[in-house]
Amino acid sequence: MLKVRLIPCLDVKDGRVVKGVQFVDLVDAGDPVEAAKAYDAAGADELCFLDITASHEARGILLDVVQRTAEACFMPLTVGGGVRTVEDIRRLLLAGADKVSINTAAVKNPDFVREASEKFGNQCIVVAIDAKKVSATSEEPRWEIFTHGGRNATGLDAIAFARQVAERGAGELLVTSMDRDGTKGGYDLALVRAIADAVSVPVIASGGVGNLDHLVDGVEKGHASAVLAASIFHFGTHTIGEAKGYMADKGLKMRLDEPAQNASARATGMTLS
Amino acid sequence: MSVVIIDYGSGNLHSAAKAFERAAREAELDLAISVSSDPTLVATADRIVLPGVGAFADCRRGLDSVHGMVEVLQRRVHEDKRPFFGICVGMQLMATRGLEHTTSYGLDWIHGDVKPIQPSDPHLKIPHMGWNTLTQVKPHPLLDGIPTGPDGLHAYFVHSYALSPTDPANVVATADYGGPVTAIVGRDNLVGTQFHPEKSQALGLKLIANFLRWRP
Repeated sequence: MLKVRLIPCLDVKDGRVVKGVQFVDLVDAGDPVEAAKAYDAAGADELCFLDITASHEARGILLDVVQRTAEACFMPLTVGGGVRTVEDIRRLLLAGADKVSINTAAVKNPDFVREASEKFGNQCIVVAIDAKKVSATSEEPRWEIFTHGGRNATGLDAIAFARQVAERGAGELLVTSMDRDGTKGGYDLALVRAIADAVSVPVIASGGVGNLDHLVDGVEKGHASAVLAASIFHFGTHTIGEAKGYMADKGLKMRLDEPAQNASARATGMTLS
Repeated sequence: MSVVIIDYGSGNLHSAAKAFERAAREAELDLAISVSSDPTLVATADRIVLPGVGAFADCRRGLDSVHGMVEVLQRRVHEDKRPFFGICVGMQLMATRGLEHTTSYGLDWIHGDVKPIQPSDPHLKIPHMGWNTLTQVKPHPLLDGIPTGPDGLHAYFVHSYALSPTDPANVVATADYGGPVTAIVGRDNLVGTQFHPEKSQALGLKLIANFLRWRP
């Protein structure tokens, strides 16, 4: 049976993890490759890098980070942030990313999704949908697509956009509520569910996780195939193992294999908080 | 002993090569592992790995564009009986035909077509993406020491099409996704996995080590 995926996400800027990852004994908490290895050893189901590097010149650094991660971690890696062209996607895939997430470029031109998926296969094209609720409390809920970290409104309806990019070949949708992101108040479950029920491709819930029940809700109430979180793992509030164990206790089908790298992690003295 | 991972422009092969290197190291096998598009290397390698991501027709075109590669593959696999391992679309290429977007022809080593996955439950998402357990259909050295079944280890899948072998005897393992989906095929000196062993952590490394030790 297919399992629910738990995906830690790392924000990377100029080749460094933005907020640092607070694992015990991590040699360099700011090194995304070190953090990736720790998540791999802890049994994360996939890993996501979001590149928030501002300057185009510094983007080569990310390719090096992706390459070193892919060589050290035998788990799927999604990389997003600033992906504008087919050439950007090609470079990331060649560096070792398994999937590439597209955001603004898909909003500006949904046909870019078709171009990318025809070239590389829909299995590696993720469209990141950043949405905010724009309806009043009394109205039927409605969400709009925003870009640039939630600053720029586009006027596009989130559900219609999700359908559109799924039809054009997105293999997966990463749905982030810009209202909830960073609040620790839980996913916008109505948004996630509305999109998950509208498309035939898997949906990853993102934005707002503050506790383990939020992860469970993302699947049970949001109908997501995978759940993404950042800070609850980076700051050591919960380990990947605790989260997966908790989700399994709540009745979700989780992968609880002994991770491959435990033995080598123990050998090098690396432990996880 | 040498292992060649065939590079025909289908995606990144660093992680596959690293996974093979690590599996060999952990199994204490002394192997030279290379990633190459050179048919002369395939002609001398003891074991051959054909990876593949993307669409069937694109991968077939990519393989054909390497001059002499298909001929060398046919010879090494059929006449010299070298152990062969196809991964994901590399496994699909072992089939007779691929029906993704257009009809194109595979290597026809495992008779059958590569067709869209059609789960009995319409709510199941396509692609079949993520970690699934395996149901072993027949014994095979590739699965030695690997726990299968509902409580077994997991393999990482990402695909919308699957191989349906004409002869069920060529199916080694399936995954359950609204019905059985072919996960491992095998016949004589040929094996192939729909999932990605190089992304499948414990199960993947063990399975690769089994392939490296396999004497069909």
